[in-house]
Amino acid sequence: MTGEWLTQAIQAVLVLACAPLLTGVTRKIRARLLRRRGASVIQPYRDLLKLIRKEAVVAENASWLFRVAPYVMFASTWVAAALVPTFATGLTFSAAADLIVIVALLGTARFLLALAGLDVGTSFGGIGSSREMMFASLAEPAMLMAVFTLSLFAGSTQLSSISTYMLGPDAGLSISIALALIALVIVAIGENARIPVDNPATHLELTMVHEAMILEYSGRHLAVIETAASVKLLLYLSLIACVFVPWGTAVSGAGLLAYTIGVVAYAAKLAVLGFLLVVFETAIAKMRVFRVPDFLGVALMLGLLGTMLLFVSRVSR
Amino acid sequence: MSALDTDIAHLLAGALVLVSFLLLYQDRILALLNFFALHACVLALSVAWQAYVQHAPHLFITAAIALLFKGVIIPVALYRIVVRLGIHRTIEYAVSPGPTMLFGIALVALSIVVMMPVTAAEGAFVREDLAFALSVVLLGFLMMVTRRNAVSQVIGFMSLENGLVLAATGARGMPLVVEISVGFSVLIAFIVVGIFLFRIRERFDSVSLEALDMSRGESS
Repeated sequence: MTGEWLTQAIQAVLVLACAPLLTGVTRKIRARLLRRRGASVIQPYRDLLKLIRKEAVVAENASWLFRVAPYVMFASTWVAAALVPTFATGLTFSAAADLIVIVALLGTARFLLALAGLDVGTSFGGIGSSREMMFASLAEPAMLMAVFTLSLFAGSTQLSSISTYMLGPDAGLSISIALALIALVIVAIGENARIPVDNPATHLELTMVHEAMILEYSGRHLAVIETAASVKLLLYLSLIACVFVPWGTAVSGAGLLAYTIGVVAYAAKLAVLGFLLVVFETAIAKMRVFRVPDFLGVALMLGLLGTMLLFVSRVSR
Repeated sequence: MSALDTDIAHLLAGALVLVSFLLLYQDRILALLNFFALHACVLALSVAWQAYVQHAPHLFITAAIALLFKGVIIPVALYRIVVRLGIHRTIEYAVSPGPTMLFGIALVALSIVVMMPVTAAEGAFVREDLAFALSVVLLGFLMMVTRRNAVSQVIGFMSLENGLVLAATGARGMPLVVEISVGFSVLIAFIVVGIFLFRIRERFDSVSLEALDMSRGESS
């Protein structure tokens, strides 16, 4: 019992501590691929420190929602990230670590951010919120379809059980799982405002989505939002790693060595996934905003197809 | 046949359905050609795997035919035709990808619903294979229905034929002679279509099939 609590606590701290590092590493790799030198990998930590020290400027007509939204958003993203088994399964909140709960927590965060974007009443916030909602209306069903495919396949919606099932001998190869993986990757790219959907490094009015919503924020509020964005990226990569490449994850009650292997394997998985993400990002051009629903629609379609093909294989098994 | 063998066959057949969807999604002609080549390569892989699993060496020949003709010769020839016709930058917007995709999903569901009861007596392996093959055939038809450009229609037709080959390899006992003749008839059909493409262009200055409506007296 204490072991589970300890794992859960370490895990919660770990995701928070590692998230800016992951962002820094992806930025660094991206810069190297573009033949720039790039900032140091710990630059995001320095940025966050600087932002926390600065005064938070709040618009005159901002309501309480504007001040509260960053914290609630950060809290729900962090809780969602802490629920995903990273280096070990069998966490204290395993029973609550339901994939649907994670989708709902992320949905809450998004809802608050969109409201905060609308709150001050500037046109940029409004445009960002409306675009975010347009994407969300396709990304969330797509995510849910991928989740349903996984849950039907593994017979559970709990992440620990799915991860254990994937490690077991029953899993085998399945086209449905491949489709769910592609759908989840597309959703992850869309949700984290990565390149074909949104450019995290731009402030060009015509293209920005995420940046448009947080344009009015400064100081500690901005620091909290930036951290939440990093944690969200880490969450999606951990989710993909935990479900599709579960090898090396320590099971509950294993020895210290297993946990060490788990941590090393987790770091390796994150590094590989982050590298692949950046390579994809540098290879592809940004999409027009109105092409994005097609892109996310493909994810929805793949999720649907995966669920359907699952019934073919289920009958035959 | 072990579970892993079945899983890999299932994966490859499912990948063929997926590439059919990718074909439906493409709206640029050159990308369409690339994905058609990919479609043929996946088919060749799938057939080769079946040959290995079923210990049927003649299926390797089928796989080689698929790879050589449909994976290399036809895409390259179509590429040259497209460049000579000067339509390699064309973007088609006949029906937008969203509704087409949804319709395609409905077709996959239809083929599963149709094939499952019909082949109930057969083994699991044949059943899945036939369901996937029927989906690929129906998606090929859908492609021919939704596109207006003659080149895309040719690709729709060829992908449909790939579905037939998949069905033939899944159900054991298709003679090699039949497969070779099917392969050649597709090649001949392709040559005929190629000639017709140029004839159509000479006559109407375009390979969009809307131009044909006029000569049938259907234009508004």
